[in-house]
Amino acid sequence: MAENISEISSAPTPLIQLRDVSKTYRKSGTDITIFHNLNLEIKAGDFVAVMGPSGSGKTTLLNLLGGIDRADAGSIAINDEELTHMSESRLSRWRADTVGFIFQFYNLMPMLNAASNVELPLLLTRLSRSERRKNVETALQIVGLEDRAGHSPKELSGGQQQRVAIARAIVSDPKLLLCDEPTGDLDRGTAAEILETLQMLNRDFGKTIIMVTHDPEAARYAKRVLHLDKGHFIEKELSS
Amino acid sequence: MTRGSLIWKNLTRSRLRFALTLFAIFIAFFLFGLIQSFDRALNAGADIAAANRLVVSNKINFTQPLPLSYVNRIKTIEGVDMVTHQNWMGSYYQEPRNFIFGFAVDPESFLAIYADDIALPPEQAKAFINDRRGMIAGANEARKYGWKLGDLIPISSNIWEQTDGSKTWELVLDGIFEISSVDTPANGIYLHYDYLNEARSFGKDSTGTIVIATQDPALNDEIANAIDTRFLNSPFATETRTEAAFNASFIEQLGNISLIIISVVGAALFTILIIVSNTMAMSVRERTGEIGVMKALGFPAKTVFALILSEALLLALIGGSLGMGAAWLMATVTAGVPGFPLRLVLYPDIWLMSLGVMIVLGLLTGLLPAWNAYRINIAAAFTRA
Ligand SMILES: Nc1ncnc2c1ncn2[C@@H]1O[C@H](COP(=O)(O)OP(=O)(O)OP(=O)(O)O)[C@@H](O)[C@H]1O
Ligand SMILES: [Mg+2]
Repeated sequence: MAENISEISSAPTPLIQLRDVSKTYRKSGTDITIFHNLNLEIKAGDFVAVMGPSGSGKTTLLNLLGGIDRADAGSIAINDEELTHMSESRLSRWRADTVGFIFQFYNLMPMLNAASNVELPLLLTRLSRSERRKNVETALQIVGLEDRAGHSPKELSGGQQQRVAIARAIVSDPKLLLCDEPTGDLDRGTAAEILETLQMLNRDFGKTIIMVTHDPEAARYAKRVLHLDKGHFIEKELSS
Repeated sequence: MTRGSLIWKNLTRSRLRFALTLFAIFIAFFLFGLIQSFDRALNAGADIAAANRLVVSNKINFTQPLPLSYVNRIKTIEGVDMVTHQNWMGSYYQEPRNFIFGFAVDPESFLAIYADDIALPPEQAKAFINDRRGMIAGANEARKYGWKLGDLIPISSNIWEQTDGSKTWELVLDGIFEISSVDTPANGIYLHYDYLNEARSFGKDSTGTIVIATQDPALNDEIANAIDTRFLNSPFATETRTEAAFNASFIEQLGNISLIIISVVGAALFTILIIVSNTMAMSVRERTGEIGVMKALGFPAKTVFALILSEALLLALIGGSLGMGAAWLMATVTAGVPGFPLRLVLYPDIWLMSLGVMIVLGLLTGLLPAWNAYRINIAAAFTRA
């Protein structure tokens, strides 16, 4: 594509930059190396699907990108910040500002209603109560659940719970959304709705999205698909 | 939602568990409050002991009599400043269950020796001294039975009988006193020894205990020795102790009971500590996944620590305050029951002490779970969730 060249010359550093990242788990005496000298760049505004066999390290990758696990070697720079040497408390603040997580099993707080679940990350901000309420309302509107604000998770369907989780992930307006099999527990129709919502967040709100999935159908919603196998990526460009 | 309401929602997420632990803490602090005020009521007498006062009682037991003549003989002992004596009445008002601490005394020397302790308006003291059928009553007693100055009050004795067979003495209320050194409302009544002595059918010219003010507390041992030696070979040998020691022995039986009860409450508190610790630990363990999510959302470990610790503190404070409130209610109710033998008061320092115990309970039950939550590893929490 023609714009590729101009992109390289004018584009700032990519949003995500992994350099020679290694990660090894020690499990009952034996070392399992998940990544060895892994390199990856993802530019701002991208929507990347990560696929690969079970145990290939997809979740581990998201954990590294989200600053909830640490690499053994190499550098992870996201949004111009180097994660590898950040202190735990700086990392928490960085997570609150920069990343939204969406999990396969929604992971909502069962004792809080939808609105309070969405509001949870805002308790870490300096926003006033009314500002928080406004942001929660907006986030719930974006995912189309404004009429369920007062419902508790167990009163909501799986798809609705995942929408609440998405609202929670975007309420503090992070640049990056990390989704680990967000549709893994949903039927096809509901999954499609969730994926359309993610696509809309990427397209209309400029969110950079990295989504782990086993489902090739789901991967088609992304702009770029990465196959992770034996610690390395194999890229597959999508035409549409 | 606020951090406060988040703590509250977490604490009350399981209604039954919350209710049960709250109830356990409630009971512990209810007992704690009652026992503390009970203990205080028992020990109130020891508080008014003066360093320079000695109490002479019969060596066999303080309930045995002493001859009245001892009063004058003791006066002659060197170093003795003032002497008075008091004779136990075994008194009650109208019904035996309305028991009253009552003594027959020599009013003038009695009021002189206790001048610093008994607060009685001078004109009432004068009226009492000059009225052979007079009595003075503690403010608490007067309030309890609605007695007013000048009232003619029938006081009965379960010991003394008049020559006509009657066990009731008609007394005029000449004064209402307070205890100056203690904030406990005063209890008890005092009447003229002469009036009792002339009318009673037996035990004439005997008294119960003799109270001495010495010229200098440093002389106490010497004087006590001199008294006990003087009467050693008489039919009424004496035992002379400091007032504090005497009061302590007087309440010893009740005091032992209070020790037992305090141990029981201590054991109860300890059990509740274990139960609440266990419940808190369990509740946090069940929430490992949720805590992992909160940390992923950007909650710093120290905030998670504070949230969990606050839960434990809040639980202890709510349960404890409810328990103390119930103890206060109990004390207030019993204060209005005529004849209730003890005046239970939840003094400010008991409230303060209970607050301290609540905080300690909250910290002990919350620190470990909070620390565990602090250490929860996010990635590991997800694999387990
Ligand atoms: N905390 C950990 N301690 C030890 N080993 C771990 C840990 N987390 C992951 N692993 C191991 O690392 C490997 C990669 O795990 P990961 O969860 O990243 O795989 P995945 O690609 O997400 O698999 P799935 O598709 O099943 O979710 C697995 O062999 C797993 O057992
Ligand atoms: Mg996985």
